[in-house]
Amino acid sequence: MAQSPLSLIRFRVIFIASWMIILADHVMLLHFFGLPWQAAAVDAVLSNILLLLACLLVMIVLRYYLPRGQQYINVFALCLLLTIAWLLLSKWLLGLLLGQYEGYKLLLHNSLSIRFSLAFLLLGFITMVSILWYSQLEQKEQEERKKDAEKLAREAELFKLRQQLQPHFLFNSLNSINALIGSRPQEARKMVQQLSDFLRGTIKKDETQWVNLKEELEYLQLYLDIEKVRFGNRLATAIDIEEITHNLKLPALLLQPIVENAIKFGLYDTIGETVIEISATKEENHLLIKVKNPFDPETSSPKQGTGFGLNSVQRRLYLLFARNDLVTTEAKDNIFITIVRIPQA
Amino acid sequence: MSKVIIIDDEPLARSVVREYLQQHPGLEVVAECGDGFEGVKAIQQHQPDLILLDIQMPKITGFEMLELLDQPPAVIFATAFDEFAIKAFEAHAIDYLLKPFNQERFDKAIGKWAEQQAATTVPEKNTQELLEAASLSPSQRQRIVVRNGSKIKIISVNDVWYLEAADDYVKIHTTEGYFLKNKTMAHFEQSLDPAIFVRSHRSYIVNVQQITRIDPYEKDNHVAVLRSGAKVPVSRSGYAKLKEVLGL
Repeated sequence: MAQSPLSLIRFRVIFIASWMIILADHVMLLHFFGLPWQAAAVDAVLSNILLLLACLLVMIVLRYYLPRGQQYINVFALCLLLTIAWLLLSKWLLGLLLGQYEGYKLLLHNSLSIRFSLAFLLLGFITMVSILWYSQLEQKEQEERKKDAEKLAREAELFKLRQQLQPHFLFNSLNSINALIGSRPQEARKMVQQLSDFLRGTIKKDETQWVNLKEELEYLQLYLDIEKVRFGNRLATAIDIEEITHNLKLPALLLQPIVENAIKFGLYDTIGETVIEISATKEENHLLIKVKNPFDPETSSPKQGTGFGLNSVQRRLYLLFARNDLVTTEAKDNIFITIVRIPQA
Repeated sequence: MSKVIIIDDEPLARSVVREYLQQHPGLEVVAECGDGFEGVKAIQQHQPDLILLDIQMPKITGFEMLELLDQPPAVIFATAFDEFAIKAFEAHAIDYLLKPFNQERFDKAIGKWAEQQAATTVPEKNTQELLEAASLSPSQRQRIVVRNGSKIKIISVNDVWYLEAADDYVKIHTTEGYFLKNKTMAHFEQSLDPAIFVRSHRSYIVNVQQITRIDPYEKDNHVAVLRSGAKVPVSRSGYAKLKEVLGL
């Protein structure tokens, strides 16, 4: 449940101080109108204690029941009723206690409208402050919930994006293993190992969201080895990594879909041997990774070739860095280049 | 002895098929191909009784390769994962094999083929139906593969200006002249993206992105003028369709 504003010491002090001031004012005013100190004090203490109780009641009600839209009229009615009840009760009690003082009854009678107005104003003020306080608390809570939900969704999406595995790759790899079992069982066994290590990597939970480039390349190599078994001589890779980039960080499993995309694009768009070039450099405060694959400008516009692989990479980087400009592609002659920039902390 | 051709871009995938075929002494592998271009050549050269065909291959898919053949042979597809293919096969293919498959499953597919051979059903019809079914699936074609003499040409649909009916063929007019394809207008009308290609006339399908203006022509009729200057007839109902697509 929401905390009452009086739970803050600061507010409690202000509240009590204000009450004392009003109390003192009340006494002085009545004395000024000719009431003895003692009678004035009794009147002030009694009226103000009752008013204090009414204020607390309003605060408690609002703590559990915050008006919305049309319901503000209910709150107004509550204030009005409370004020009237307060007035009647205090009038009755004061009449009993102070009736013996000369002229008091007249004074009480004449001051009823002023008492009513002041009490209503005060109650209204307390009501307004309470409503503001509680709705602000509610808003804060809502925002936090929203933030939590967004964070959860973001994490789930990131996990899903990391995990994305092309079923084509999996089934074709299994098919290759199936073929090797008959002819070259040793190689089949090796490929099962590689595929297992690769799959283990994709389902790893996010303890290792960030890895350094060297680890990522080791993981990528598993993937490349499997693809080379699948495609035989058609697939060749050239990897050129600057020493200085070895310890730069990047999100785990980011490279594999980029390279997968390049391989697919390269292998399915050309005939004959396909060389995939992968290079990494450091540029200012960024890790810069380039992946090149051949393509045939006659039959495919580079736009078509970017496909799902790069969309998911772009989305991941956007979720991590809130930037959309980290993945770029260019096509030069018969070479398609995917460039990824990873900001370094 | 029946002749078989294996067409798959992965060498190991071909080798497993060859291995399984050893159990079928009546079948002889006359060629192995790594892509659809080789496939077309080998099929024309050997006239096989059966082909084992992968779908995702370099340059052109297994479907596109079959489209290039005048008389496609009986086909058993072997594919890793392809939802839309599965749908098509269920209706028309001799069989489809999901990779990886075992000897038993392979034998069953060959058995089905042998049965159909014995029943003297026409395998081409099956394959034709299969192609129709495949091209009618919701995935719209992004390109059209045509054969021009011995050359195979892949046309991106963006380069197509308009299509024109010509007897049993469809004339595909493009930036590089026209190509003929042994298909019906209805086939193209259904397989091309309806937001871009509109049947403007009984004998014409036009690429709306190429239209610069539409002029009235005789009574009730119109003519669409393309960027290239070519003029495409527009019938009354075609005009209504064009207006809808162009949002006029």
